Amino acid sequence: MKPIVRVDKVSKQYRIGAREARYGTLRDSIAEAVRAPLERLRRRNGKRNYETIWALKDVSFEVAPGEVIGVIGRNGAGKSTLLKVLSRITEPTTGRAELYGRVASLLEVGTGFHPELTGRENIYLNGAILGMRKAEINSKFDEIVAFAELEKFLDTPVKRYSSGMYMRLAFAVASHLEPEILVVDEVLAVGDAQFQKKCLGKMGDVARKGRTVLFVSHNMTAVQNLCQRAVWLKEGEIVEDGSAGRVVASYLKANSVPAHEQIWEDPTTAPGNESVRLRRASIKPLKQESFDMLTVRSPFDLEFEFWNLQPNARLNLSIVLYNEEGAPVFNTGPADEPKWHGHPFPAGLFRSVCHVPGNLLNDGTYRIQLHVVRDESVVIFRLDDLLVFEIHESVERRGAWFGKWIGAVRPSLPWSTELIEADTALVGDED
Amino acid sequence: MDIIPSNIGSSLEATHSHPQTRPIANEATHSRQEHLLPDKPLVTIEPGKGWGSLELRDLWTYRELLYFLTWRDVKVRYKQTALGVAWAIIQPLVTMLIFTLFFGRLAGVPSDNIPYPIFAYAGLLPWTFFSNAISNSGNSLVGSANLITKVYFPRMIIPGAAVLAGLVDFAIAFVILVLLMIYYGVIVTWTVLMFPVLLLLTALLGLGVGMWLSALNVKYRDVRFALPFIIQLWMFVSPVIYPASFLPPQVRWLLWLNPMTGIIEGYRSSLFGRQFNWTALAASTVITLAALIYSSFTFRRMEKTFADII
Repeated sequence: MKPIVRVDKVSKQYRIGAREARYGTLRDSIAEAVRAPLERLRRRNGKRNYETIWALKDVSFEVAPGEVIGVIGRNGAGKSTLLKVLSRITEPTTGRAELYGRVASLLEVGTGFHPELTGRENIYLNGAILGMRKAEINSKFDEIVAFAELEKFLDTPVKRYSSGMYMRLAFAVASHLEPEILVVDEVLAVGDAQFQKKCLGKMGDVARKGRTVLFVSHNMTAVQNLCQRAVWLKEGEIVEDGSAGRVVASYLKANSVPAHEQIWEDPTTAPGNESVRLRRASIKPLKQESFDMLTVRSPFDLEFEFWNLQPNARLNLSIVLYNEEGAPVFNTGPADEPKWHGHPFPAGLFRSVCHVPGNLLNDGTYRIQLHVVRDESVVIFRLDDLLVFEIHESVERRGAWFGKWIGAVRPSLPWSTELIEADTALVGDED
Repeated sequence: MDIIPSNIGSSLEATHSHPQTRPIANEATHSRQEHLLPDKPLVTIEPGKGWGSLELRDLWTYRELLYFLTWRDVKVRYKQTALGVAWAIIQPLVTMLIFTLFFGRLAGVPSDNIPYPIFAYAGLLPWTFFSNAISNSGNSLVGSANLITKVYFPRMIIPGAAVLAGLVDFAIAFVILVLLMIYYGVIVTWTVLMFPVLLLLTALLGLGVGMWLSALNVKYRDVRFALPFIIQLWMFVSPVIYPASFLPPQVRWLLWLNPMTGIIEGYRSSLFGRQFNWTALAASTVITLAALIYSSFTFRRMEKTFADII
């Protein structure tokens, strides 16, 4: 079948450091203009004196109409760059892509929302920014409002909305886009679970309506459920392209290299943003065990050290533990910790420890995703696969059963069995 | 399923030019529905080759967004201000009063036999529109970084909307002009028919200069600091405070190199029924169109890197 999207050897180069030195001043440019010819004379090979990085390298693939493709890969693998090229936000350095249908991209929900405008006004504004016509917005207006469940607050400026309301409204508009090709970045990484579920449901509907969808996600379960096909990107190149189940499995396998501790000494380069930077993350066995000895019975601590750079921020960490199938096992945060929870954090270095009891997890490989949350609702920073570790089977708990115990968890629950009434007459029935 | 089946027949489909029929969503199956894909790609994405085309058709497709962004700028401008739209009147009115006092009365600057207050106001009206246009559009791209890095649309719309939004202020300040003209008993003649032409010319010049500055601002934030300074100097070399006839004839042509000279003098001729200086107007028109064309092409060439460097 003829493809609706054809990507042919697309590459994108960025200058390293371009993010820090974001824009030059005229003076720099003048100085550069004077220096550049001299520099070129000095080094005859004509190489430029800055380093570059290929965010995408010779990426080629085709998408058939109606196909739903998941794009997976670690942070910085080039997933977002690929979507930006396909949505025409940035140009490729080399290569070519052809789109045989109308594209709408959803790299963020609520793009262009203006805090001073009301919900009603923002529906029109955001819809227009996403490429909807006024008549189209008019015809879908009631539906959008119903989906967002914000009938009562339509004429309230969105700056008075809670972050949950804001997200609902933003996603409601975005989900009513009806392009032939929909390009979606990890918009589901924010918001509460119920909201995420609703969004995933809506995405599923879009897919079933025969639209072509390119979907970037870290949620492997979502990729497996929504997509028939997945493309795995690593350092700007396609590693594997095939059925979603197979690609997700090999991606998870390849990323199971244990990471028991990660340390960043320099707060300027540590992962994070202008509010928070991470210093250290580690998993610490509590019974003088080595990491290789962690069993289903072992309790352990997860330790996180971070710099808070903005005084008076109300922060909390939130971690999601994923199993080897990519399914979230649990999500936990220090909600019951009275000392800091809900209180402003002064600027400084903090350590948060999460205790995980023994007899909770099943055996297998686990990975920790960390969220830094502000005001208990806004995810300001997320890091995937921060810690990866293996939980082994324990001889004591295995018993005579040699197969794998099924289930996402393996709790040791109290059981009791008692004899209610002895009845010898039952024995005779056997023969 | 809570989705209306399709939007076939909506204006979106009606204006859609390529031969595409969209199947009405029916069953929730995963079957690939047969699309009739166009033979040629709707969009081809490849690295730009220097000076490209203006892609005016693309701009036309996004005309509604231009409307919405203008509407947003207008709506938001006076939010959370105590005086609201009164600011659109205060700015030129107070400037006019001060100019009348210092230049009209104390310095005795001539005003081509027109009462100085209305002479100054007729100059300040287009000048305020023009200076707001270049200052708002010049800063518009940098202020819309979140849009530029997340959504595609022709970037020209952003400075364009900033210029258009100024028309509302212009209209409000124009009401004061009408009142002043009634007060001073100015009789309007056929020359007033040139007024809309002059307004268009002002807007185009504002767009030409503003668009170029906005693109430059993405790369060099110096523009933000230079802008107020440029605007101030530009006003002094435009006949806002004084008439063009104030300068000796030998050097007057120098003033005409400034496209705002012909335009501002034109407004006065149009409002007060004077003879137009067609040479000056022609010079302004040529310079305006040249600026607009140059800045459009420069903008198109530079916009490709906006998302990467903003």
